[in-house]
Amino acid sequence: MLRYLSRRVALMVPTLFGVALLTFIMLRVVPGDVVEVKLRADGGHVTEEILQRERTRLGLDKPLPTQFVDWMAGLVTLDLGNSMWTGRPVVEEIGVRIGLTVQVAFMAAVISVLIAIPLGTISALFRDTWVDYVVRVFTIAGLAVPSFWLGMIIILMLLTVFNWSPPVTYTPFLESPLQNMSQLIWPALAVGYRYAAVVARMVRSSIIEVMREDYIRTARAKGVFERMVVGRHAMRNALLPAVTIIGLEFAFLIGGLVVTEQVFNLNGIGRLFVEAISRNDFILIQALVMLLAAVFVTMNLLVDLLYGVLDPRVRHA
Amino acid sequence: MSIATASNTADPRRPVAIIAFCRAQPLGAAGLIVILAMGLAAIFAEAIAPYEPEVINFGAMLMAPSLEHPFGTDAFGRDILTRIIYGARTALTIGFLSSFIGCTLGGLLGIASAYFGGRADLVIQRFVDVMLSFPIIILALVVVAVLGKTELLGIDLNLVLAIAIPIIPRSSRVVRSAALSVRAMPYIDAARAGGYSAWHIITRHMAPNVLAPYLILLTAYIAQAILLEASLSFLGLGVSEPKPAWGLMLAGDSSNFYQEAPWMILFPGLAISLSVFAFNLFGDSLRDWLDPKFRL
Repeated sequence: MLRYLSRRVALMVPTLFGVALLTFIMLRVVPGDVVEVKLRADGGHVTEEILQRERTRLGLDKPLPTQFVDWMAGLVTLDLGNSMWTGRPVVEEIGVRIGLTVQVAFMAAVISVLIAIPLGTISALFRDTWVDYVVRVFTIAGLAVPSFWLGMIIILMLLTVFNWSPPVTYTPFLESPLQNMSQLIWPALAVGYRYAAVVARMVRSSIIEVMREDYIRTARAKGVFERMVVGRHAMRNALLPAVTIIGLEFAFLIGGLVVTEQVFNLNGIGRLFVEAISRNDFILIQALVMLLAAVFVTMNLLVDLLYGVLDPRVRHA
Repeated sequence: MSIATASNTADPRRPVAIIAFCRAQPLGAAGLIVILAMGLAAIFAEAIAPYEPEVINFGAMLMAPSLEHPFGTDAFGRDILTRIIYGARTALTIGFLSSFIGCTLGGLLGIASAYFGGRADLVIQRFVDVMLSFPIIILALVVVAVLGKTELLGIDLNLVLAIAIPIIPRSSRVVRSAALSVRAMPYIDAARAGGYSAWHIITRHMAPNVLAPYLILLTAYIAQAILLEASLSFLGLGVSEPKPAWGLMLAGDSSNFYQEAPWMILFPGLAISLSVFAFNLFGDSLRDWLDPKFRL
């Protein structure tokens, strides 16, 4: 197990190196760089000399391989450079915002999974009845409704019913957990609907599949109560594919947050990323891409490992 | 993921196949009807839409839904129904083009990977691994940042590519696994012995046999592409004013009018949801019909 683990972790390194290289190459073929965007934003006339001086200050005049090596060396020591826009260290920019994003993502994931597993199970057990149809419509709609629009609708309803609008600054969790949660539950719900829908669909189809297995018939033939058949025999096997999808969809959740944070005025990683993109802030973009890719790759690894723990048949040599 | 085996009732080349499909999959037929309606609205937008989509009319700002303006008007006095009809054109063009480009390139990459095997397969798959490590919207945003604004025949080419590129690795994985079993078929060996070029075998002998997963991917990713286009336009990084696009109609100052003009956010969002819903419904049924064992 330990050998398998270390091999898998070691395999992540070349993948992430590939991500770094690809991101770097893509960002360096951009015609207009941050210096131009920054200095010419007001439409004022800027001489080539001033542009050049700013490029030198930001290290953009060095040859590309040198820039890449510098960045890689920085990545290893977690010194990701300074934002080209604000001039503050990237680690700091990310640090002040990451807590909010992680909290919303986590809340969304927990709520969704708690809703999705019973919903999917009920839908499977009452297959082709009206209960099943209601759940299926609810879940198919979950795949179609854009999370940012759902967020807008939630705000609209809160505005009309409670006259509540998203606060300009959110209360930190440690200051008042209850108030913080009551503010963040809405974005979590908006972004979590899709997640819940995907997981519920997966749970439904895998329970339907498992219920056809021989060991379910055996259990029934032995006279096991139906509740035990479902709870002990079916659920345990059916939840394995669900675990996979819970892990893989987490990346989608983060993607949804990139857009939904705008709607709720959340100053998180997603909004930072969108700002960095519209300002061509290379240093910040590449740091954020690396962070998100690392989260994604780690999630995949965790899913694989968890699979081995949950299912003795997939013990890794 | 399994081999692409079309059952004999499900031959997509026969024209009666559509009738057979609608009979076997009523939900899919419903999705298809919505898609066709959208398509017609997109093609004949000029004839159907009651107003001009881009003409500003300050005399009719923020009007509530009425007989003249069934979906109301926006902050520039533009008719929302008109903009939604024209928006269908934007959504369908970008959605179809990007899914088509992404699935075709990804499909060819997947077949080539399966056909050549060995070291080439290994290299391509490691590259695909790297591409898959970017969450879809993140990769799309990076491509948007890189390409800037490029238009061709009124279509935002940068946007199409930004959406197509994240589709490539995902579709190539699925097509590769289907192509691996086609690769093992005797007729591929026969074609090789016959001295055909790799390109000929890939396009003429292997590609037709992975058509089922390809079509399923194509419809599934049109839904994704429409959602992604709406998200990017909403962020101000996709289609730009004054062009009509659903995501764009939700962006900018429309959030200032939550209470005074809720129709401004209600209808464009419904249009996005309905179209994605229809493509998902159609795609799901198509999968059940063409290849019940196929998992996406």
